[in-house]
Amino acid sequence: MERIPILKMGDFLLVTIQVDMHDRLAMTLQDDLTAQIVKSRVHGVLIDISALEIVDSFIGRMLASIASMARLLDAETVVVGMQPAVAITLVELGLPMKGIRTALDVEKGMMALRGAILEAGQEGDASSIR
Amino acid sequence: MPTANSKLSTVFEKREQQITDQWLEQQQATGRKLTAAEREQANRQSREFVRSLRSALERDSSGEISGADWAGIRDFLADLSSRRAKDGYSPIETASFVLSLKQPLFMALRGEFGSDAAALADEVWLATLLLDKLGLLTTETFQKAREEVIQRQQKELMELSTPVVRLWENILALPLIGTLDSARTQVVMQNLLEAIVQTRSDYAIIDITGVPVVDTLVAQHLLKTVAAARLMGADCLISGIRPQIAQTIIHLGVDLSDVTTKATLADAFELALRRSGHKVVRQETAAAASAPVR
Amino acid sequence: MRVVSAESMEIRVSDDIVRVRQAVRTKSVSLGFGLVDQTKVVTASSELARNTLDHGGGGSALLELVENGVRSGLRITFEDQGPGIADTALALTDGYTTGNGMGLGLSGAKRLCHEFELWSKPGEGTRVSILRWK
Repeated sequence: MERIPILKMGDFLLVTIQVDMHDRLAMTLQDDLTAQIVKSRVHGVLIDISALEIVDSFIGRMLASIASMARLLDAETVVVGMQPAVAITLVELGLPMKGIRTALDVEKGMMALRGAILEAGQEGDASSIR
Repeated sequence: MPTANSKLSTVFEKREQQITDQWLEQQQATGRKLTAAEREQANRQSREFVRSLRSALERDSSGEISGADWAGIRDFLADLSSRRAKDGYSPIETASFVLSLKQPLFMALRGEFGSDAAALADEVWLATLLLDKLGLLTTETFQKAREEVIQRQQKELMELSTPVVRLWENILALPLIGTLDSARTQVVMQNLLEAIVQTRSDYAIIDITGVPVVDTLVAQHLLKTVAAARLMGADCLISGIRPQIAQTIIHLGVDLSDVTTKATLADAFELALRRSGHKVVRQETAAAASAPVR
Repeated sequence: MRVVSAESMEIRVSDDIVRVRQAVRTKSVSLGFGLVDQTKVVTASSELARNTLDHGGGGSALLELVENGVRSGLRITFEDQGPGIADTALALTDGYTTGNGMGLGLSGAKRLCHEFELWSKPGEGTRVSILRWK
């Protein structure tokens, strides 16, 4: 069965979505990713969608799910490389995409992840003090 | 009054050469002064026009010029009109070219129907109707050709007047000038988003100092652009909001609470620099440093 | 308005949603749509194709190249014989959901296209038509 490859890059996982995903593939990706986050004990996930020409509400929900699941597993998520036409369409579509961090490319995504992980770590410390 | 050109084609059959020659003479005598080459071209066009008119009449003398038999002459006139528009002739000159055929044509009709006043009146009327239609056709085509020129110029103007400027390594500015219509705004916004990707800029400043009027549509496009830039991972600031514009925006009920706005481009630039971790420092110049203390 | 060409596609499995997207993309490219226009109409089609599959129990999509005077456009009509929508007006409001996230698909698709038509009868089925002009 075809799967979307997940690469480990230091303390992060990098997922590059290059195909027009059908539902099964998307479901498999979510399963694989959550398993990998635990297995590799990473704290950051980068999802590169620079090759995606279409992001509909299904994909949007999938990205939101991944971000939520990752956070439960103590990992932050950044979605990178959204194409302008996709961004314009998503705004028009009215898809909120709240709670999903974004960056222009992988490099900036990694910087954003480092910042986000730091933030999350501080919040974690603060709450444990209480 | 009759509506079908029953006899006009016969007149052309008998007197085509005569009509053409008289027409050419008349054109030479009136109208503007032409160079030899222009004269030669006008003669060629005239002869072809008369020829096409004759053959169209032979096939369809109903008086209507919309049928398939008239396609040839319609195309000829459309082409003639476009060319003349580009060569700088006025639409009146081009229409007059067609209408001036009336005189030699009426002379030919008189020669043909001289003694029959009723028939002559009918044929003159039919000929007038026909040439008027053909003359108006050139005006229509002329208009269309000019429209295309204007549209092309507008497009070029649009591209020229909304350049995206790179203020700093990570910071783009889009100074908007002039009135924004919906179409232009969309194109401009798309260009900005593309520029953000290409220059990998985390910050984009849309400056509307030079925009006199902001209506609901423009305000919504601005908001959508800011939202789209955010989705892509960049931050979009809006600067140049004059007091009148601020009032308009509030009255329109547009919600800008989610967008960072600054009164001037300079303020927005400073903010973007700060947010991207830059600091501007004034250095002491060498002269000041070595100036003797008084 | 006249129909220049028409192509029908089945929507029975989730792979068909991808096929519909690709077909809509191809047709909009052939019409000379700009990239943003292409993206909008393909995304709208994706939403509606998914609705047809998930809520309509499967159905079909009809892709038509249309002409109205000088304008040319792409019209896609999604049809199913599913349970139908009881209150179409309600279904078109943003954020409406039957619990399966259907609301956004309809209202979103409407926003992305120039023309939108919805017909539905509970127990009989649903037909949604979107049109984007060049």
